[in-house]
Amino acid sequence: MKIDVTLVINGKRRTISVEPRQSLADLLREDMRLTATHLGCEQGVCGACTILIDGQPARACITLGVAVAGAEIRTLEGLQDDELMAILKESFHDKHGLQCGFCTPGMLISSWDLLKRKANLNEQEIRLGMSGNLCRCTGYQGIVRSIKAAADKWADSPSAREEAKG
Amino acid sequence: MKPAPFAYHRATSIEDAVAQLDDLDTIVRPLAGGQSLVPMLNLRLAPVNKLVDLGGIDALKRAEEQGDHIRYGAMLPHAAFEDGRVPDGSNGLMPFVGGQIAYRAVRTRGTIGGALSLADPAADWLLTVVALEAEISVVGLQGRRTLPAAEFVIGPYLTALDHAELIDAIVVPKRPRTERWGHYKATRKIGEYAESMAIALFDKGSNKARLVLGAVDGPPLVLEESAAEISKGANADKLSRVIQHELAASDRGFSPSKLHLHRTVSLRAIQNAGLL
Repeated sequence: MKIDVTLVINGKRRTISVEPRQSLADLLREDMRLTATHLGCEQGVCGACTILIDGQPARACITLGVAVAGAEIRTLEGLQDDELMAILKESFHDKHGLQCGFCTPGMLISSWDLLKRKANLNEQEIRLGMSGNLCRCTGYQGIVRSIKAAADKWADSPSAREEAKG
Repeated sequence: MKPAPFAYHRATSIEDAVAQLDDLDTIVRPLAGGQSLVPMLNLRLAPVNKLVDLGGIDALKRAEEQGDHIRYGAMLPHAAFEDGRVPDGSNGLMPFVGGQIAYRAVRTRGTIGGALSLADPAADWLLTVVALEAEISVVGLQGRRTLPAAEFVIGPYLTALDHAELIDAIVVPKRPRTERWGHYKATRKIGEYAESMAIALFDKGSNKARLVLGAVDGPPLVLEESAAEISKGANADKLSRVIQHELAASDRGFSPSKLHLHRTVSLRAIQNAGLL
């Protein structure tokens, strides 16, 4: 039996009729056509489906759509105008942070959250913070370099300083 | 859609959740953070006819300081401990543990009560609450009862939870301020379940030590003989022998390699407490 769920997705309020067994990832991809959220393992291991629920990163493949009624969901599409996300995308491009691109949306969301939460990250801390996202192409070297470069650029930006003060 | 179909009920209160779980005709399971249960549903390994979602019950999301202990609601996520959003009486052990479970995207949704109810032998909170001598408060059809953490878990994935019973809170005593702790976890990959992990506690003031070993195919092992040696100020060689002996004498039937691993991990936890 389908249940009506109201959510705010990328700033827009939506009411969707979902089956209890439908994952948030399927809801986003199939009902909302928001296909930046990728599905890899569908058991919470690979991190490709990482999205933000009420501002906090979560795995969309192991979150039921019905369980997040009333929540504010943000996907990569919803961060198009975000300053930090723009810096991260540029860094991933410059430093070879992706090859096939399958893991990239999850990598971007996880690194966005990491840089929002922590300043002055060293390589080890970046590796630890990103350990929940798997990449089978790059060997991670480029990803770590991309995030380090983005962290340095973000630290110099006026918005980051504003956020640190707040 | 990966899981088989099931019905869903979003509980409005603890009483409502218990009433929903009281059904002997179908398989009803409570849904906490879902970070273990939903993967199992996706893989169709956990049979479920109906889920009772505890996510809407605010009473399960509070943490309260009450005299000499802190009462943590079962639905508090690991990240609440990691971020210091709840009070701590463990000299930093609980925030540390909360910050190294799986990955951040799992810690924001996975809950302490859910992890304990699953009772995976390698679960971080299971070892931690036994080490900290916490009590588990459970609610069911007969009302509320409290039992020591060490008695709550009875085997791998087996708890003392009765039919239609839920954990509502974890009651952790405030530890002495003079107590030091050491933690060590052996794992192949960051975020994976541990192959072995141990917590050592030592309070200089009262000269009391505690050594608890997890990921041991059942409830965590409280190593009392070894802890007594820590209190006596034994050196690493002596402790190594006593731990080895105590582990070999336990009922777990450790293989030689597991014995070696668990002994090493126990010693490293003691070292991390600054005791060796």
